[in-house]
Amino acid sequence: MRVKILVRLKKQILEPQGKNIEESLNNLGFDKCSNIRQGKLIELDLPDGLEDRNTYIKTICDKLLVNNIIEEYEVL
Amino acid sequence: MSLSSAVITFPGSNCDRDAQTYLEALTGQDTHKVWHKDVSLPKVDLLIIPGGFSFGDYLRSGAMASKSPIINDVLKHADRGGYIIGICNGFQILTEIGLLDGALNRNINLKFLAKNCFIKKNHDNHFNKKILPDHCLSIPVAHNEGSYYNSEEGLKSLEDNQQISFLYCDEKGNTTDQSNLNGSLNHIAGITNKKKNVLGLMPHPERAFQDFHTSQDGQLILESLLG
Repeated sequence: MRVKILVRLKKQILEPQGKNIEESLNNLGFDKCSNIRQGKLIELDLPDGLEDRNTYIKTICDKLLVNNIIEEYEVL
Repeated sequence: MSLSSAVITFPGSNCDRDAQTYLEALTGQDTHKVWHKDVSLPKVDLLIIPGGFSFGDYLRSGAMASKSPIINDVLKHADRGGYIIGICNGFQILTEIGLLDGALNRNINLKFLAKNCFIKKNHDNHFNKKILPDHCLSIPVAHNEGSYYNSEEGLKSLEDNQQISFLYCDEKGNTTDQSNLNGSLNHIAGITNKKKNVLGLMPHPERAFQDFHTSQDGQLILESLLG
């Protein structure tokens, strides 16, 4: 089963890439876009019917995929 | 005091040779070279985790290196009071390991910064005791993710425990928005752990010690340890 994990900087942390993307879009005339923040998507396969799937995903996020000091994640 | 030392090389480290030269020139002893897949460190007083782009900075700077086989022994070395200096990517690795608090984010202006900067000492420790309070050290930086972040409580804890070793400043020692070149919280350029035997800093002292370097101020950090 395909799992998609969205990792983002926490809301209170300045995300300069999003800010620059917003400026560029505004410069192109798309001035309705605001509060842009960029994250990263991690996709992986897990075996179907894996027991404790959620715990397994939480563990791999805590151990490596996410830095809990600056990032948060959600499973899509 | 005599100081034995080692440098760890990860795939993508590119300041390991400079760190070795820095150590050998100032300690007068051979430096052990350690590969990240080694499982034990030689018995040394000081370990340098060098700068570079370990594992291509994949996922996050320092994230992959923090899971290398040698790290177990790095933790033991720190636990028994051994000195560690993490420079640039080495600082990022130390935060990912959890030996130092906080994290390093993208520079605020999104530019890779390769230039000389000024830093001054803040709280006293073994790594800066030979530096005078009003001395502004000229040391190069070369990084893309050097903006220090910690939570409000984390920053308070660093202050309360006197762990903030170095601050970015201008040549007169003023801490201004302009001198804080990467947007680090509270102008932080380098911190220690609570026990103060582990230092992480973004500037490169190993690029500022030889006659042909533009500055020799980097010597002061190692000379502080040498006593």
